[in-house]
Amino acid sequence: MAQLQSQGQPFEDDDAPEAPAPAPAAQANTDAIDSLLDEIDETLQVNATQFVRSFVQKGGQ
Amino acid sequence: MISTDIPAPLEVDPARRIFGLETEFGLHLDAANARAVTPEEVAGHLFHSVVAWGRSSNVFLPNASRLYIDVGAHPEYATAECDSLEDLIALDKAGERIVAALVAGGEERLRAAGVDGRIHLYKNNTDSAGNSYGCHENYLVRRRADFKAFASALLPFLVTRQIVTGAGCITRTPTGAHYSFSPRADHMWEGLSSATTRSRPMINTRDEPHANAELYRRMHVIVGDSTMAEPTTLLKVGATDLLLRVMEARVPVPDLTLAHEMQAIRDVAHDLTGAATVELADGRRLTAVEVQQTYLDAIRGHVGGIIAPTAQVDQILDLWQRGIDAVRTQDPSLVDTELDWAIKLRLLRRYQERLGCALDDPRLARLELAFHDVAPGRGLAPRLEAEGLMRRIVPEDAIERAMTTAPATTRAHLRGRFVEAALAAGRDYTVDWVHLKISGSAGRTVLLKDPFRHEDERVDALLEMLDPA
Repeated sequence: MAQLQSQGQPFEDDDAPEAPAPAPAAQANTDAIDSLLDEIDETLQVNATQFVRSFVQKGGQ
Repeated sequence: MISTDIPAPLEVDPARRIFGLETEFGLHLDAANARAVTPEEVAGHLFHSVVAWGRSSNVFLPNASRLYIDVGAHPEYATAECDSLEDLIALDKAGERIVAALVAGGEERLRAAGVDGRIHLYKNNTDSAGNSYGCHENYLVRRRADFKAFASALLPFLVTRQIVTGAGCITRTPTGAHYSFSPRADHMWEGLSSATTRSRPMINTRDEPHANAELYRRMHVIVGDSTMAEPTTLLKVGATDLLLRVMEARVPVPDLTLAHEMQAIRDVAHDLTGAATVELADGRRLTAVEVQQTYLDAIRGHVGGIIAPTAQVDQILDLWQRGIDAVRTQDPSLVDTELDWAIKLRLLRRYQERLGCALDDPRLARLELAFHDVAPGRGLAPRLEAEGLMRRIVPEDAIERAMTTAPATTRAHLRGRFVEAALAAGRDYTVDWVHLKISGSAGRTVLLKDPFRHEDERVDALLEMLDPA
């Protein structure tokens, strides 16, 4: 059951060779993700712990 | 009195199927004094406008879908009967917007009650305390004597399907955190059962077809995750439908019966490498990738035979294959604008890089909630879609239309027309999945047992009674 416990960033492949320059489309997407994260970063940082902890629902089906 | 002039069931092409999706939304009030109100009260405020027009917090909408407050104060939306995946996705997305449209009114009423806060509605499956709620898929199947065996044969597919259609989630353990395929997997306790909240099976076998019970039965799959991206919903329901079609044609499908389903679903969920094996009843050990590939290959072999080749079948099989490849080759970029787990993982990884934090950082959990939030202006999906980071399938106007209009080719069409006409006439009425009735009149209850029938003289007669002219 080692896999269950492995701390995981399974997609960050240590053995990968030097990453080639990202293709233009991939780069554009990364830029889009960054600008989205820039936009929401402030909201996400505000009391994140309290915010997340306060979301408790009764179980449903 | 129930009308007795029930028309004979329609002859239906075996490839036609009725689908439905039920979504329980997580309801979260973010307010400094949130504890001043109970979850039930928050749900009540949220549904105030619904009760105002529908005289109940359990209503059928003009789009023929059902909106109500379910066990645990969850807003729940159940799509009307659809016989195409386009209609189903449009209606499912319309449901997100319908519940989202309740948020402003709910917050206003909360403010009036002294609670100044923001309501978030999550189309997800777990809260922060580890409670789970579901997204249930309904597939109408032809009744057969061996239903239990038929349903059991679906389990190996359902246990492993999460590697492509799982919502993905950060799982926190006492020793740290890791990313898993499905938040729902850890909450499953049985393969088949007729109970839901008590034992949480993958397939609920309660025999409630909402249709002619001599002909039909409902395959009620409750193991799936709620899905945000339209292609993920397409694959989740589409692949399951294709497998059911092959099984219903009574041709053999590979026997991949699992030795321990509950262990397997957890092992698969927590192994993002796809390399963990599950034990089959015959002693073999296969990876989830191999199990999914076996089903995909079997289904592909029937395209052109049992399965008519269509552009949509191609689309489903192509996405399915790329989803499997993404796990096998550990390259989520193959599907990271289409499949929820990969879309979300990419966002989380990037945010984690920027913050330089561990995976169990609360800001990443906060991002996860934002991914599933459908409250207006608070969720990420519209922004991801606008940036091309989350692909869409259904045209915008189809979703807009689905908010108020029922699917045209199923029983939903009759229900939608009736609800719309009764509301316009200001008449009280009673509706459920199979009945229509105008209250307080000598009118009969119309029983709609055939979910494929979308035209019915009895309903025309009812509508005439409602016509003010």
